[in-house]
Amino acid sequence: MSIRGRAFIAGIHEHPGRHLPDESLMEIHARCCVGALADAGLSMGDVDAFVSAGDAPGFGTLSMLDYLGIRASWIDSTEMGGSSYLAHVNHAAAAIAAGKCRVALVSLAGKPRTGGAQPGGSARASGPESGFESLWGAGVPANYAMAARRHMHEFGTTSEQLAEIKVAASVHAQHNPHAFLRDVVTVDEVLESPMIADPLHRLDCCVITDGGGAVVVVHPEVAADLDRHCVPILGAGEANKGTANGRIDLTHTGAVWSGPAAFAEAGVTPADIDYVSIYDSFTITVLQTLEDLGFCEKGKGGEFVLDGRLQAPHGGLPFNTDGGGLCNNHPGNRGGMTKILEAVRQLRGEANAPVQVPDCELALAHGTGGSLSARMGSATLILGRSL
Amino acid sequence: MGDERRGIPTRAPAINPDSEPFWAATADGRLTLQRCAACGAVVWWPKAICPACQSFDLAWFDATGRGTVYSYTVVHRAPGSWGRAAPYVLAYVELEEGPRLMTNIVDSDPDAVTIDAPVRVVWHDTGEGNALPRFTLAD
Repeated sequence: MSIRGRAFIAGIHEHPGRHLPDESLMEIHARCCVGALADAGLSMGDVDAFVSAGDAPGFGTLSMLDYLGIRASWIDSTEMGGSSYLAHVNHAAAAIAAGKCRVALVSLAGKPRTGGAQPGGSARASGPESGFESLWGAGVPANYAMAARRHMHEFGTTSEQLAEIKVAASVHAQHNPHAFLRDVVTVDEVLESPMIADPLHRLDCCVITDGGGAVVVVHPEVAADLDRHCVPILGAGEANKGTANGRIDLTHTGAVWSGPAAFAEAGVTPADIDYVSIYDSFTITVLQTLEDLGFCEKGKGGEFVLDGRLQAPHGGLPFNTDGGGLCNNHPGNRGGMTKILEAVRQLRGEANAPVQVPDCELALAHGTGGSLSARMGSATLILGRSL
Repeated sequence: MGDERRGIPTRAPAINPDSEPFWAATADGRLTLQRCAACGAVVWWPKAICPACQSFDLAWFDATGRGTVYSYTVVHRAPGSWGRAAPYVLAYVELEEGPRLMTNIVDSDPDAVTIDAPVRVVWHDTGEGNALPRFTLAD
């Protein structure tokens, strides 16, 4: 059984805020959910399935359902870090295809900009690996820096090449009125920004923002009754990559497995894709993922991103036209949701006009959750303008 | 205890039944690994099960404490006490026995660290009956 064409994204919403000290985590979730349902032309009473991840406070998904006033008949709380939401769309589509539900709501919210305790943190600290990874000052940028360093060592990738990825994101973000960072930056400005964890500079890192987003996934019959442009889900893949019993390879991501599964289900190839949303926690995340998804040969990502290839509307492979996590938004330190949202905007022709990809028929959205230097979830979605 | 003296935070590890033998051996300055009696795989980090063949028959042995740098980063910005210790080196060291373990490279010029550089283990006492395996560039 395949999910191809058997579920549609009918509604999306991205919270316009980037610093929300006065909204509760649950209010942010609620505003995103209501916004996505309104976008679809649906209401909370239509929802019979709900998905949230580790960013849901309290009793997680059960607290969310209680807060929102939903009684669901299909519930999923899959936690794969920032990649969760792409996996959620896959799971919701499969459930819809299996006849388990008809209208599934997927929600994300987070407040790392405001700060304070975030849901899920204490549980992770008790992991079996924690005694071997938590004692060394291995913050998130440092983790990704080790992957970047190894990639440079094996393939000759340079800081200038990584910087091109940030430049492209900033070129796009200038057109997004909600973007956290809207100034266009140059390669030199990236290289001159403070070193955080060598070889990653401050401008190689994503922003830290409050905010959230939501997606409504529906049965084809529901989609047919809506006035809104519903985007068919054509294929999806998921994978995990870990420390491999001490033989961890820092030069690739789980996209080497989730990508081919998604392409196979959709019946398309990388050459067919018009637009990509690529998880961009750091510039190196994008570079490795583009290679792993097959947009270029392994190790050639540094050359691939040159000459404005990632820049919309006329680059060979426009990416993250909302400005991505590098410039626009990384709500809850979980960038997977916004990857879906911008892919849907592109397919609907509703991206910001200067970065709208002409005749965008096929889009890919990819999430990476966890760490490039420890364990990660990978999830890939392929979406179409129409079936 | 070692924080001020060494300039790098030395917290006691979280210990569970899987990892207790590992941390107990560190009190004697021994870096230990598990080997699967069924398939011979060297296991890292400590587990009750061999992830290669799912045997529960694992035995501890002493590693040489020598290896090479698989990858590393010189960390310049970090929160809290780690920020005060910056710049410091976070690394994956590939042990002679195969496993790549996350650690710090210490007592060395951060700018002298390179991938493939030979390293040897040094111990940082946590003051709580065990010690952290860190590595220094080998002569």
